[in-house]
Amino acid sequence: MERVIGESKKSFMTGNEAAAWACLAAGADIMFGYPITPQNEIMHYWTRMAPKYGKGFLQTEDELSAGFTVCGGVQSGKKAFTATAGPGNVLMQEPFGMAEAMRLPLLAIIQQRGGPSSGTVVYSQQEVSLTTYGGNGEGHRIVYSTSTHQEIFDYIIKGFNTAWKFRFPVFILGDGYQAKMREPLEMYDPESRGIKMEEAYPLIGLGGKIGQDRGPSHLCNIYSLEEELYEVITKVQAEYDALAPQITEYDEKFCEDADIILVTHGVVSRAADDAVKALRAQGIKAGYFRPITLRPFPQQELRAAIAKSGAKKLLIAESAIGQLERLVKQEIYGETVKIETLFMPGVGIIESDLIDKVKSVL
Amino acid sequence: MAVQAIPKSWYLPSKPHKFCPGCGHGIVLKALGEVIDELEIQDQVIFGCDIGCSLLSWNFFACDSTQTHHGRTTPVMVGIKRSRPELVCVGYMGDGGGYSIGSQHLLNSAVRNEKVTLILVNNTNYGMTGGQMAPTTLPGQKTETSPYGRDPELTGYPTMGPEFIAQLTPDSAYVARATVSKYKQLKKYIKSALRNQMEGNGFSFVEVLSTCPTNWRTNAQQTWNFLEDEMEKYFPVGELKTPFGKGDK
Repeated sequence: MERVIGESKKSFMTGNEAAAWACLAAGADIMFGYPITPQNEIMHYWTRMAPKYGKGFLQTEDELSAGFTVCGGVQSGKKAFTATAGPGNVLMQEPFGMAEAMRLPLLAIIQQRGGPSSGTVVYSQQEVSLTTYGGNGEGHRIVYSTSTHQEIFDYIIKGFNTAWKFRFPVFILGDGYQAKMREPLEMYDPESRGIKMEEAYPLIGLGGKIGQDRGPSHLCNIYSLEEELYEVITKVQAEYDALAPQITEYDEKFCEDADIILVTHGVVSRAADDAVKALRAQGIKAGYFRPITLRPFPQQELRAAIAKSGAKKLLIAESAIGQLERLVKQEIYGETVKIETLFMPGVGIIESDLIDKVKSVL
Repeated sequence: MAVQAIPKSWYLPSKPHKFCPGCGHGIVLKALGEVIDELEIQDQVIFGCDIGCSLLSWNFFACDSTQTHHGRTTPVMVGIKRSRPELVCVGYMGDGGGYSIGSQHLLNSAVRNEKVTLILVNNTNYGMTGGQMAPTTLPGQKTETSPYGRDPELTGYPTMGPEFIAQLTPDSAYVARATVSKYKQLKKYIKSALRNQMEGNGFSFVEVLSTCPTNWRTNAQQTWNFLEDEMEKYFPVGELKTPFGKGDK
């Protein structure tokens, strides 16, 4: 694979630019996209760089088309990806459903903006439910919630590999802050870090002579009988459950003796990290737990953190009204720890918001 | 010369096919199969089918094939063609999928002159879902959602697909309307639409007028009369745009 970055280098750029570079470094072949803020610059940088590296791009007529062209690109054996946000994410749930049904390893970068409807173009964490369980299916997807530009870069590279290794659609869940802020990160070619990129392979257009070398490939996503669908979905669920421990990622700090554990994801976990350190400095035993994968969710790990700390409370904080909270509750059903919440839909959460909240509930 | 009854590119384990008696899909798919054989492209074809009656063709051919969603066959074919230009992408859909729910994809892929071939079967109604009004339902025609006959005052006039696509495409596109009542012409148009893609010229589109006795509730004679006397009068059959010389409109 062509090295596009060469020596790994420190950079200072927006998250959208980092995302485009990561797709290039990961060996992505083609992007299909439709303009929507705050993800536009991923397309802007990709369209500037792609021709130099023999990569493809198509600006489609809408997000439905962007999603379905990505499905086609992946079926033909190319590392195809897209990026969207908000109402675009809503439209893409239809093609994402096809990707779930046909196990198409597409990658989609979601830069969350506010909602419902057109919301804002700025920032939000309100696309958690949609990205994890959107569509008329069972959430057979992998969702990485990033918190820094470095993670956008790292998890896009990892995401292409997870997608093609396990054949589930992969989502990089960022937000408007991560999209538009500039901050430092280190960019690198995966091989220079010993990361082997998975090879893409076609599901149709397989080559050879049909009837002589092989039979035709007939890809299916609709079934005539209840039992047929039941069998397929049950098998996919079993595979998803079996692979989950290999995919699940989380971060945990100061949970050994915590009286209260802050559960946050994405960019809010940066505020939580600061808040926990500040609270500790004031003698308050706060802990930090962050699911990095929202699907599959680090259920066992969160239960273990609650158990070993003996924490009396969890504080779930998010820039949404309970979308993370609902995920957490379904995953840790049966735990008796009391759940406190800080919901700030569509606005950022900073260290002092969390510190004040912790003090008010302890 | 012996005529082969069954095209080589047909997938025999899926035969006999599942279309209703008297349905025109089998005729269209026979023409397509013969053209695939004659052009010797069985191994290069990607056949994509829409949702609706066209879905029943999903394993019709011994060609690599994919099901898509209602109206979304066009973007899936575009995605494959853009990713693997050496493949010959054939999207197969009905009038509801192409002209209604997927019309934005049809329109924009025509404008972009995407190098794909789309075959759209027009039987003036939504067959699979039980005979509702389609964009192509004729004025006065009764369907499940126009039980007193389609009133153009309320629901407009039938979509003239090839005519509007011909307006949107450059000269390198191929646009035609065929009918299952004229088999040789149908086959010729489908062949031109595939050749046009293979030669890298541009967007290739064939609408095929077809029959639906099940939902029309017609016997054999009435079915054929509706096709030849009503439909072919409203929807002119012929080539609207061809890079291969003058059309035979």
